[in-house]
Amino acid sequence: MNESNKEGFDREIQPAYLYEGYKSTILRAPTKPLVVPKKSDIKLSGPVFKDFELGVLDHDLTKNAIKNGEPIGERIVVHGKVTNERGQPIPHTLLEIWQANAAGRYVHKVDQHDAPLDPNFLGTGRCMTDAEGNYKFYTIKPGAYPWGNHPNAWRPNHIHFSLFGGDITSRLITQMYFPHDPLFDQDPMFQSIPLKGRELLVSKFDYNLTEPDFALGYRFDIVLRGHNATPFENI
Amino acid sequence: MDKKKLQTPSQTIGPFFAYGLVPTQYGYDFDSWVDNDMAFDLKNQETIEITGIVYDGEENAINDAMVELWQDDGEHRLFGRYGTGTDKRNRFFFKTIKPKSVNGQAPFIHVILFMRGQLLHSYTRIYFSDEHKLNETDQVLNAIDHERRNTLIAEKRDGKYVFDIYMQGPKETVFFDL
Ligand SMILES: [Fe+2]
Repeated sequence: MNESNKEGFDREIQPAYLYEGYKSTILRAPTKPLVVPKKSDIKLSGPVFKDFELGVLDHDLTKNAIKNGEPIGERIVVHGKVTNERGQPIPHTLLEIWQANAAGRYVHKVDQHDAPLDPNFLGTGRCMTDAEGNYKFYTIKPGAYPWGNHPNAWRPNHIHFSLFGGDITSRLITQMYFPHDPLFDQDPMFQSIPLKGRELLVSKFDYNLTEPDFALGYRFDIVLRGHNATPFENI
Repeated sequence: MDKKKLQTPSQTIGPFFAYGLVPTQYGYDFDSWVDNDMAFDLKNQETIEITGIVYDGEENAINDAMVELWQDDGEHRLFGRYGTGTDKRNRFFFKTIKPKSVNGQAPFIHVILFMRGQLLHSYTRIYFSDEHKLNETDQVLNAIDHERRNTLIAEKRDGKYVFDIYMQGPKETVFFDL
């Protein structure tokens, strides 16, 4: 790999735009070659928080939507470290997550799956990494859900993640999976990832992170594209 | 030398992102930290409006895309986010200021697009039709085939910049490999 494309998307790891097994890509994948622009003189730094502070329960999905009781399901705690490709931690960067409830149902109005909603679970949260790039949130283990991509199609259990990192090239939206999911083999989203990259999206069960009498522990480390470790700015 | 770590692979935003990433816009009980008014804290600045529709390969308006605008002219670093599912015609809307030209380049705004059916987000740029002179001499624009270059230039209509995005087809928008 030469110096000039060292910071680009790693095509041995990243899915292509078109993956026919995932049918929605067919009408939405760009078909013409991408244009590599001349490097701009301006750094494409990440967004700035303006007049916004995270709520104290934003990182705790087991509590941030309680109406009349605890949400149903298996409580989990997810820990991870966010670094760049050099392994340098990315401090004070925002993570946003969203997921289905324990029954495999999203709060989103478009979700037609007839599994029950949970009045005490919204399924979204956010947090910032600390000075060492570490994050942690509490949630309920999401259920698998059916979808219309192919006959008897089911999504493996997963949590959606959105991250920024230091600049526009480190932007990432991805999904965290759980170990040994029997649905991986029939899931085109998981299969769209080149073999070398797949295990990177599977969290690890970690007994040492498990909180006695409260939640099972998982670890999901995230590596953002590039060498930039500039933190998010707060104005 | 540092040992290179493997990038975490990208996955699609899927169809159900709205209550997590743009909750206020869609009316969910969770506060958005950002919206489409990128100029809300800028006093005495002339603002512009940008609107458009994202089309799939059959020229149907996409109603579950999320559009992010990023701009930085060295003076103002602004960021906005909007989903295409709340407007009847699936338009997106942004209010911002026009970035200044930097080192003689034509002014532009970065766009990141996310949607169901994209396993990896795509990058494009908004240039402005009333910056004809700078557009003519801009190195990035000039490196693109003439007939495709116009897909990056927002037309000013009724005081608004219109920037439609075509994922495929004869009008396919230029996407960048950043
Ligand atoms: Fe999902």
